[in-house]
This record gives sequence, structure tokens and C-alpha cells, in this order.
Amino acid sequence: MNDHTTPSLEITDVVLELGDGESRVRALDEVSLTVMPGEFAAIVGPSGSGKSSLLAIAGAMARPDRGTVHVHGTDVSKLSKSATTRFRLRNIGFVFQSGNLIPSLTAADQLRLAGRLAGDRHVDVETLLGSVGMAHRAKHRPGQLSGGERQRVGIARALVNTPSLLLVDEPTAALDRRRSHEVVALLADRAHNANVAVVMVTHDRDVLEHCDRIFEMVDGRLSVHALVN
Amino acid sequence: MFLALRELRFARGRFALMGTVIALISVLVVLLSGLSSGLVNDGVSGLKAMPATAFAFDEGTMKDNAFSRSVIDDEQLKTWQNADDVAAAEPMGVNIVNGVTDDGTQIDLTLFGVEPDGFLSPAVSTGEQLGAVAGIIVSEPLRDEGVELGSVVILDRLDLELTVIGFTEGQATFGHVDVAYLPIDTWRLMAAGLAEPGAPTQDQIDEMDFGYASVVAILAEEGVSIDFATIDVTAETTTMTLTESFNASPGYEAETLTLSMIQFFLYAICALVVGAFFMVWTIQRSHDIAVLRAMGASSRYLVRDSLTQAAILLVGFTVVGVAAGIGMGAAMPDAMPFDLEFEPIAIASGLTILLGMLGATIAVLRITRIDPLRALGGQR
Repeated sequence: MNDHTTPSLEITDVVLELGDGESRVRALDEVSLTVMPGEFAAIVGPSGSGKSSLLAIAGAMARPDRGTVHVHGTDVSKLSKSATTRFRLRNIGFVFQSGNLIPSLTAADQLRLAGRLAGDRHVDVETLLGSVGMAHRAKHRPGQLSGGERQRVGIARALVNTPSLLLVDEPTAALDRRRSHEVVALLADRAHNANVAVVMVTHDRDVLEHCDRIFEMVDGRLSVHALVN
Repeated sequence: MFLALRELRFARGRFALMGTVIALISVLVVLLSGLSSGLVNDGVSGLKAMPATAFAFDEGTMKDNAFSRSVIDDEQLKTWQNADDVAAAEPMGVNIVNGVTDDGTQIDLTLFGVEPDGFLSPAVSTGEQLGAVAGIIVSEPLRDEGVELGSVVILDRLDLELTVIGFTEGQATFGHVDVAYLPIDTWRLMAAGLAEPGAPTQDQIDEMDFGYASVVAILAEEGVSIDFATIDVTAETTTMTLTESFNASPGYEAETLTLSMIQFFLYAICALVVGAFFMVWTIQRSHDIAVLRAMGASSRYLVRDSLTQAAILLVGFTVVGVAAGIGMGAAMPDAMPFDLEFEPIAIASGLTILLGMLGATIAVLRITRIDPLRALGGQR
């Protein structure tokens, strides 16, 4: 599925405006971004710079006013609402701040639910949890897990349906330095070894060493970060 | 159902509280239903048991207490007997009397004067059929008052002596008073004011010239509907079907309306309480729902899951409540008119579940308005 010639994410000249009348602001201003399978891209920038808007656009949760968004070759801005939901289910994985796990489900059930949403009743929970180093916590609920553990389960959950694109929203917001590095290293590992394109939004510049490409977002404009590695 | 069941287990405290409320409402619904059936039976079981299609009352009789108020004459009876589609029409006499049994117990009786050989003649569980001039068939529960076969009931003021020759099958009451069936001619003797102290005799009846009764009981031919309105005009009567005639028994309408109103409020409360609970529950987990929608869960899946949850909660706790209600009902004192009947209880618990689901559905539909974008960003 994830061949190397089709970009996992291809955003071209996207403009997104939010609000009405006087308060209307340009959240994304002519943004273009291409991420290939196996690439780990980070977007840094101050809060309010448009990072979250970019994730919403890439995740087909918001539609751009201008420009196109292709995820693994499909123009998601042309899909109907329900088709968008189905497309997101199978092609896009989300990792949210502090994991955003469902409080009532054990780590294993978080993954099983993600599988069931896509009609898959036989998720290999053990392997998936093992790949994020969480096999031993399979029967624990989010309330019994630490912030880092929750984030790892969240990453495993996002990968259940083998998406071609993984969108990551501030994964280190609630973590200490050591755990931040562990989680971001895990994301890099998944990108490189599971051949998924990962786009991470963060304001934590400490963890950028794990990323392949770094972009900076300022006032809705995206540019290649100065300290490219 | 995957998520629904796990949430039920996870938030069992909250769901148990809600469930207790549902169960208590069901208990109340069952008790009211039992009381309602009990009162209805106490009020009109004597009528309910009758095989009549309808009753014709004298034209212009006030509806409440119409049975004992109405007077019909021979002409009216004959008009009905000769009318189209009428299989049989018989006179029936109704009045409520006080009496004393031979062991000194004071009892009240609703006298139903009927043709001993007619279709209104009651089925007898023990004793003889209706026939003897001084013989009465009384309602089964009168046994509890010490009445038995051969007991003599002396009616107050008239000093008329009637002998119990049989018991009806089950309860037969009218206006919360036990029924005593007696031959229509004996009833007429009393109504004409010709009854003399002591037991009535055939001679007294033979001398009587009195053709009145309270109402005409009408039996339709099988599968035919009688044109009541037209015959009513000719016979100068007002006809009520058997069910309509319940309202003509004392207090029936007031009792049933009161209880129906209480039940109606209970159903409304059930819908509102369950609706409010699921509203709060949905709002409480709206962030989780946003996350699920961002992951690609369809609204349909999420709504179906939540409705399954509501259904499990409602059905489960309604069953518990109904069982408890039936248990409590079985322990009710005899003085309380309380009858557990399958059909009304089934309907009542069905309505509780249905209206609970209605409330839950309205609340749960909020899910469709939750924006997956809420999953992005920090605040939970």
C-alpha cells in the first residue's frame, strides 16, 4: 500500500480563513507541504501560528478555502462528509495531546475499538502494544498509566488500521524531558520501520533531533526551519 | 456494543444510580397498574364477566350510576327483542342493598336481577344454578365474610329473606360492592314494593303485575354489528357497549382517570430523567466522542452504541423494578384492591422502556453535533 512514489501527504497552496467579518484571520496562508512515506516531519511554531489548523486540514477535519489536500493520492477536499470519515478511519492515524485515550477502556481495548471501527475484529493487540513497549500494561486503563505510557498506547492505537499518514498533535505537552525524547524517538522509529509518514506539531524544540525535516510556522506561513539537519 | 458494555462496567456507580431510579419508577408503575386493575375489578368485575354486547338505558338517564337509576318498561324491552341483528335482549334489574346474614354479619350487595334461563345467568363455581325464587348466587369473595351455601341474607327494611344457593366463578363486584344474582321476578317483587317479610314465594310473583327492569342487556348475533342509534330512537333508550357501560358504574370514571393521570406523569418523568441523565453523560464524554470521531468513527456507530447502552440500562433495571413491584404487590393486604394482571403490567413496563428510550435518543443525538476538531488542542 505505502509505495515510495506517492506522497503520503501533499498540501498545495492551501489558504484557510477562520472567523467572520472584522475578526476574520488567515490561519493558513499559501501553505504547501509534501511528506513521503517513512518521513518524519515536524512543524514548530508559537501557539496561534496555525499549526493546529494545518493538522485539521491534513486530517480532513476542515476544508481549505483554496488549494488542494491529497492524502496518499486521494483529494480529500473532494470527498463527501461520510466518505471523509471513512477515509480518515483507514488512512489517517491521530496521536493527540496526552494520548486522549477513552477512560473506560484498557490499553488493549483502546486498540480493539480502533480496529472495530474499521470492521476489524482481530487486531493483533500484543504485537502492536509490544512495538511501543507497552505489552505489559495491556490490561490497564488510562487512569492507571503514566503520561508517557498513555502517549505510547495512543501511538499504538493510531497505527491499528495501518494508516499511510500519522498526524501528531503536541505529543510531549504533558511529559518530562526524558519521556518526551522516548516518545518522539518511538514516533521516528514507527515512521522509519512501519513506513508511515509522520507529521508532528510541537513547540518543544528539544525533541527535533529525531525528525527528518523541520518546518516553522509563523502567522500562517510555513517555511523550512533555519536549523535544518 | 463494544464500548457500551465497557462504559457500563467502568462507570457502574453512575449507571447504578440511574438504574435505581428507573427500577423505582417501574416499581411504582407496577403498583399503580395493580391498583388500577384492582379498582377496575372491584368496580366492574360483575359487568366485565357478563356476556352482553351492550346495555340499553332509559333515554335521558344520567350517565353516572345509570344502572341503578335507569327504568325501562316492557315496550322498550320488546322493541329491542324484535330489533335486527339482536340475538337476545333480556331485562336486568340493578340496585344496591344492605343486609345482614343469619350470623349477624352486615353486608352490602349489588342485586343483579336476571332471567334464570337467560344468557346473563351467571356461571356457578359451587352450588346450584340460578332458579329458585328465594335463591341468590353471590360473589365468591363473600366467603371471606363468613357467607356460605345455605346462608340466609335478610335485606334491611324489607326483611326479605334470600338464601345463598351458589357462588360465582371468581370475583363479581359492581361499584366496589359484591354482586348477588337473583331471578328477575324476585327483583321485580322488591322493586314493585310488593315484597313481604320472609322468603319470597312463587304465589306472590304470580299475583304481581309489574313489567319494569333497570336496563336491557343486549347480545348481538355473532359477527354482526347492531345499529344501536336507530333502535335507540324507536325504543327511546340510550345504549352503551359493555365497555362504555363501565363508566355508568359508580365512581369508575373518577378512579380510572386519576390513576391514568398518575401513570401518565410517571412515564413523562421517566422520559425526562433518563433523557437528562444521558444528556449529562453525553456532555461529560463529549471530548472522548470528539476523539473517536477524529479517529474515524461514524455518527451512526456512536449513536447506535449509546442507544444500546441506554437499552441495556432501561430493560435491565425495568425488569428488576417490575419483579420487585410484583413481589411487593403479592404482599399487599386484602383490604387493598390490588390485582396483578399480565397485560397491563406488560404494557406499563413496555411504555416505561419506550419513553426512557425516547428521552435517551433525544439526548444521545447530540453526538452527531460534536465536532471532531475538539479532539485537537489541549483542554480535556
